[in-house]
Amino acid sequence: MKSLRSLLFGLFIVLAPATAAAQELAPDAMVRQVTEDVLTVVRQDKDIQNGNTRKAMDLVETKVLPYFNFQHMTALAVGRDWNRATAEQKKRLTEEFKTLLVRTYSNALTSYKNQKLVYKPSKIQPEDSNVLVRTEVVQPGNKAVQLDYALEKLGDGWKVYDVIVAGVSLVTNYRDTFSQEVRNNGIDGLISMLANRNKQLEAGKK
Amino acid sequence: MIAASGCATTANNPKDPYEGFNRAMFAVNEGLDVVIKPVAQGYDAAAPLPLKVAIGNFFGNVWDAWTAVNNFLQGKGQEGMSDVGRVLINSTIGIGGAFDIAGEIGLTKHQEDFGQTLARWGVGDGPYFYWPIIGPRTTRDTFGWMVDVYIDPVWRVDNMALRNSLVATRYIDVRASLLPSDKVVDEAAFDKYDYVRNAYLQHRRSEIFDGQLPHEVIVDEPAK
Repeated sequence: MKSLRSLLFGLFIVLAPATAAAQELAPDAMVRQVTEDVLTVVRQDKDIQNGNTRKAMDLVETKVLPYFNFQHMTALAVGRDWNRATAEQKKRLTEEFKTLLVRTYSNALTSYKNQKLVYKPSKIQPEDSNVLVRTEVVQPGNKAVQLDYALEKLGDGWKVYDVIVAGVSLVTNYRDTFSQEVRNNGIDGLISMLANRNKQLEAGKK
Repeated sequence: MIAASGCATTANNPKDPYEGFNRAMFAVNEGLDVVIKPVAQGYDAAAPLPLKVAIGNFFGNVWDAWTAVNNFLQGKGQEGMSDVGRVLINSTIGIGGAFDIAGEIGLTKHQEDFGQTLARWGVGDGPYFYWPIIGPRTTRDTFGWMVDVYIDPVWRVDNMALRNSLVATRYIDVRASLLPSDKVVDEAAFDKYDYVRNAYLQHRRSEIFDGQLPHEVIVDEPAK
């Protein structure tokens, strides 16, 4: 019994640092930390700068993915049809949509050209459980591009559930297309539409 | 409107009643882009970065004056004054607008046009259109665009050859600045027409409110 307890305690010590870091940060601090972590790598990685999507995707998967709630993102993109999907369909939809979003996001990273990021002050109250963190991508000679993250507080810390570029939600922008597909071919039709696109992109990748 | 009835089955957005016509025009522009995009790519590859920035700044400076007027028309005096300051500083110290000195000293660039002013005055979007050459515009923004072009000093240059080359250069410069997003849209969009329409409508809404749209917490809609 005692040894089991010390084993559990040992496990706790090992696992603690990884989870504590994400849980304790305020949402704006978290966005800042994750963004800076990612950009530090991109600034030094010539492959990513030259358009190596695979490498950018690996980076996004390790550094960004843990902070996203893809189930919520998928639900928002699918809209009212989401509730008609079975648990298995929801799982598959989320998996495919996640793959697509990671690729889109990674592709955007490869066009990063040393633009400066500005973190706008956010008014976040301790009792908030749903916030918008605003950032700006500043580029010489052009109006700054607004890049906002919608986050929600879950049991294991703050999670991003929407990314909004220049006022355009990368998630809700899909609503018309997705509901059209569900109307024509059902939820399974939407799943195969996403899966086919991911397969195509995977096959055609450089 | 005749064209619209032919494609009624694809209509899925109440803001886009003329989807058939719009999709046809979208196809026209995609066709034109087969020629325009390589020109923009050539320009992007050939012109050194400082030159591209200077060209973008030059046209941006011309537009900043109109942005100032529109900010005043929308009752945003402080922003308008800042824009006037930008034009004065960039036209002089910034050598005819080639350098955005004002931006470096903290006078933030704004982006206004007459369509946004009309929106602030309470004019609604109206049906969405996709036009050849100029691309997506709501009905209100189509009228706004006409006023923009009427005022635009670039279109008022007397020397036709100079005017044409200025207009063309600006067009290619804008197209070149959109090159990085091409790949993202090509991969992300299932129906490019649909993706562009929704992005345009969301983006305009954000522009009208200067990016300060209150964040709506979207609650999942219940199943019907």
